[in-house]
Amino acid sequence: MPVTENWKPTIVAFCCNWCSYAGADLAGSSRLAYPADVKIIKVPCSCRVNPMFVLRAFEKGADGVILCGCHPGDCHYSTGNYYARRRMTLLFSMLDYLGIEDGRTRVEWVSAAEGVKFSETMNSFVETVRALGPSVRLGDLRCKN
Amino acid sequence: MKRIGVFVCHCGSNIAATVDVKKVVEMALLEQGVVHAEDYPYMCSEAGQQRIAEAIREKQLEGIVVCSCSPRMHEATFRKCAERNGLNPYLVEIANVREHCSWIHKDMQEATQKAVILMRAAVAKVHLNTPLQAGESAVTKRALVIGGGIAGIQTALDIADAGYPVDIVEKEPSIGGRMSQLDKTFPTLDCSACILTPKMVEAAAHENITIHTWSEVEKVSGFVGSFTVEIRKKARYVNMDKCTGCGICQEKCPSKKPLSEFNRGLNTRTAIYTPFAQAIPNVPVIDPNACIKLKTGKCGICEKFCQAGAIDYTQKDEILTQQYGAIVVATGFDTIKLDKYGEYAYNESKDVITSLELERIMNAAGPTKGHLERLSDGKAPKEIVFIQCVGSRCSDDRGKPYCSKICCMYTAKHAMLIRDKYPDTNVTVFYIDVRTPGKNFDEFYRRAVEDYGVNYVKGQVGKVAPQPDGSLLVHGVDLLENKQILKKADMVVLATAIEPNPDARKIATMLTASIDTNNFLTEAHPKLRPVESPTAGVFLSGVAQGPKDIPETVAQAGAAAVKVIGLLAKDKLKTNPCTAKADELRCNGCSQCANVCPYGAISYETRQVNDHGIREDRRIAVVNSALCQGCGACTVTCPSGAMDLQGFSNRQIIAEVDAICR
Repeated sequence: MPVTENWKPTIVAFCCNWCSYAGADLAGSSRLAYPADVKIIKVPCSCRVNPMFVLRAFEKGADGVILCGCHPGDCHYSTGNYYARRRMTLLFSMLDYLGIEDGRTRVEWVSAAEGVKFSETMNSFVETVRALGPSVRLGDLRCKN
Repeated sequence: MKRIGVFVCHCGSNIAATVDVKKVVEMALLEQGVVHAEDYPYMCSEAGQQRIAEAIREKQLEGIVVCSCSPRMHEATFRKCAERNGLNPYLVEIANVREHCSWIHKDMQEATQKAVILMRAAVAKVHLNTPLQAGESAVTKRALVIGGGIAGIQTALDIADAGYPVDIVEKEPSIGGRMSQLDKTFPTLDCSACILTPKMVEAAAHENITIHTWSEVEKVSGFVGSFTVEIRKKARYVNMDKCTGCGICQEKCPSKKPLSEFNRGLNTRTAIYTPFAQAIPNVPVIDPNACIKLKTGKCGICEKFCQAGAIDYTQKDEILTQQYGAIVVATGFDTIKLDKYGEYAYNESKDVITSLELERIMNAAGPTKGHLERLSDGKAPKEIVFIQCVGSRCSDDRGKPYCSKICCMYTAKHAMLIRDKYPDTNVTVFYIDVRTPGKNFDEFYRRAVEDYGVNYVKGQVGKVAPQPDGSLLVHGVDLLENKQILKKADMVVLATAIEPNPDARKIATMLTASIDTNNFLTEAHPKLRPVESPTAGVFLSGVAQGPKDIPETVAQAGAAAVKVIGLLAKDKLKTNPCTAKADELRCNGCSQCANVCPYGAISYETRQVNDHGIREDRRIAVVNSALCQGCGACTVTCPSGAMDLQGFSNRQIIAEVDAICR
């Protein structure tokens, strides 16, 4: 697909309620800019993110999916982020094998106090996805409603 | 199809300046099911909520989307508004178009587009929201305070005065904390012990307070209103009930080598010891690493001399299990280690000390009986240099990025006290900035400079070089005069940065309370909820939350106590209804969900199921909604997709994904 100058990626960010969503709020109240391409979906815990949601996003035309949770050891539910980490490691390697490049998926730990990290993470992720261009691999199978 | 109303808030100009709110309203009306959309300058205001109420009534709304600030701010406001007007509060969704949109984007077109997408995602979700009912859970009317310093003592006293039982857990042999180590306090120069010890006595004597010293929190489970805590009461080897506190054991103990923790290692104590004279409880502990009897089996002198027969070498650690409704973290601070600051020669010279060590030296009960003297040769120092910001406001990873807040003031105090008591001793302070925001603080600092002749030099010190004659050569810089300074000193005092107690992270993890990169516990909101942790039922008191001085600590301790009292005064708490639920037709009873549940909330029962006309007995997962905290781990693990989370269901999240990627 030809990439035009103005092409904007669609990026879905799953953020856990306790750390990363609050970190995103802090980035907001501290006015730490990141591209508007990032749209956040709140989940109670990173372990709530079903691999199906990630697949669905790519099917529906997302160009990148990022999952943010509490730092290992700091999960509000004690162990949720460990499950998320394992699931996503598996899923992402499978996606890479399917042709959804590694750069389009990411797991990052952002605490409620890390507004700066949230903004920096999103900036670098968008930059990586932008460089990869539109994601077409699963989009070909896009289910038209 | 639900009838949905969309309400777009301007938030003054916070949202409206970057998001075209009229455009969002216009686009909302194009969404399926949206029968009402409007914008208003302040949706959260009385008038704004009135508009929502009217729309619910007039348009028979079955779902509401408010495009406003973060749900962490006003979700509760709008949910209550819906509830008052006959709409289930869980049929309200917030599209966060302020923190996640207008505040971070500059381009109006881009921000408006994003706001529209966030609105669409919320509308898509609310279509699938179901009315949920909050359950109820009982409140255990007892509080736990972790840490027995001034923060913990004050919190416990305030809770106890309101009539609720409180337990203080302190890992040292006595309560009192850092404040008990201080000599005088700024800016009034009150004697620290004189104002602290009455509070310690009051806490010990209070009918509602139980003090567990030489104890540590081992394990925490449960949730707000009903925490179960295991407390390890370390073996004291002294029977608390029999000991009279006469002190003969400490006099007679032959093991005199261990360094005194209370005096910051400047002198020694015995193996059986109370850390300081006013210790509460006034019952010694035996240090098992130093006690000859416990190490070799020979000795037993303390037992011989103890007339009360209180010594018991066979004591073992005990685990105490107790229920609490609320937990306050008041774990306080320590000073940082100076290993990475070789240039100040702290490890090389005995006459380079930290401010907390100086505090002990100045104290009449300290290692030098309150005489200001060099630890190397016992001589009175004639030239003292104070170095500020050692490890504070540090841009590299040797120190801490934050200001420790108390150092400017205690250094002014030290300088003033030294000049007052030893007028022929010169005092020089090297500083980056002098920070004195506080009642009577700047006046105090100015007194040090103007009335007591303390020499303040703006600039940092690059090196402290011990000289062969025992003096210290301080290589500094005077930034105002723009020149290098070489100063010979007899003693150098380092205003060492403070850091949270090393146990803070461990405790935060046990409580699942959030903690920042500097190991300070995070507050639920930095301005509006400064004494609450984001984890319900966990409260913060003192330096565990951030650097602060004694008056601030006491104020925060009182505030935390009020929050605890407010919680304990309730008989029942509303529980989060966003819990997991198994679809009995899909569940095959495989037990995978129970394996990942951190709360043990899932059990199994055999139930008759009517699967498309076929009746059969099946093993089915049942979620105990009082235990389930709604993390959703089980929902993803479930291989048959039977487990789902109410309020964050698979269909709801997928609807949001679809709306964003549309």
